[in-house]
Amino acid sequence: MKTVLAAARADTEVNFGFWVYLMSDVIIFSMLFLVYVDLSQRYAGGPTASEVFELRGVFLETMALLFSSLTFGMAMVSLHQGHKSRVMAWLGATFVLGAFFLGHELSEFIKLVHEGASFTRSGFLSAYFGLVGTHGTHVFFGLIWVVVMVVQIQLHGLTAPIASRLARLSLFWHFLDLVWICVFSTVYLPGVMQ
Amino acid sequence: MSHSTDATPGHAPTARGYLIGFVLALVLTLIPFGVVAFGLLSQGMALIVIAIAAILQLAVHLRFFLHLDMSTEQRWNTISILFSLLIMVVMVGGTMWLFYSLYVRHMMVGH
Repeated sequence: MKTVLAAARADTEVNFGFWVYLMSDVIIFSMLFLVYVDLSQRYAGGPTASEVFELRGVFLETMALLFSSLTFGMAMVSLHQGHKSRVMAWLGATFVLGAFFLGHELSEFIKLVHEGASFTRSGFLSAYFGLVGTHGTHVFFGLIWVVVMVVQIQLHGLTAPIASRLARLSLFWHFLDLVWICVFSTVYLPGVMQ
Repeated sequence: MSHSTDATPGHAPTARGYLIGFVLALVLTLIPFGVVAFGLLSQGMALIVIAIAAILQLAVHLRFFLHLDMSTEQRWNTISILFSLLIMVVMVGGTMWLFYSLYVRHMMVGH
């Protein structure tokens, strides 16, 4: 059990390497945010931000991601207590919340495209789909990673390598929630007010 | 902050820590959404509230979810995030400067 806990610590070299990758993602997202802010008023005669955004849906997505951060935290607490079934249950809850987020976002995207507000319509919509779509893609790969970890835990139990991987998935998942704070504060809330 | 050389993991995540972070994050989410949904403030004031709530919530997430602090265990993570912030300031600030300059020159041609 001690090696399992040691592997889940944040100061291992592999975790630092993964952290550096996350920092490179910070740079990518900061540039995407910059592009969005620059193009956010360029509607080219198309729909404006307040016509496109729906606050209720964004609020649901925000709550789903925030709750999934809590459920993932609980999975890490259960990992440190060595409760395999609880780790699985919390990871399952995280997956459901993440899948709800992504499904809701995709249905919004599809609705926009059907309304003629596709990413080709204006600079504003290109930047919007580019930024929010990049975040959504990250969530998609996070969900795949959760499934892979659940399968690995089922097959091998809470071993040291698996605890180490869960520590990095934890960083990744919390990082996505962090980026989402910037998304709703930069894109949706100011957009709805216009 | 020298206890980290101890072989036993000193920073086991606790349910209490995650719950505190969650409640703080929830409040800092509800405030900006409430301000916008109910139109409580003028647009300028609302943007300021949104920005402050976002910055505070980023700090809450870093502290309670990503467990970032200045302890020896976390020092390199913290240094790398500060370095990324420096790169961000150079790239974002530099690009804004460039865009603004282009915008001004573009307007000059029109007149």
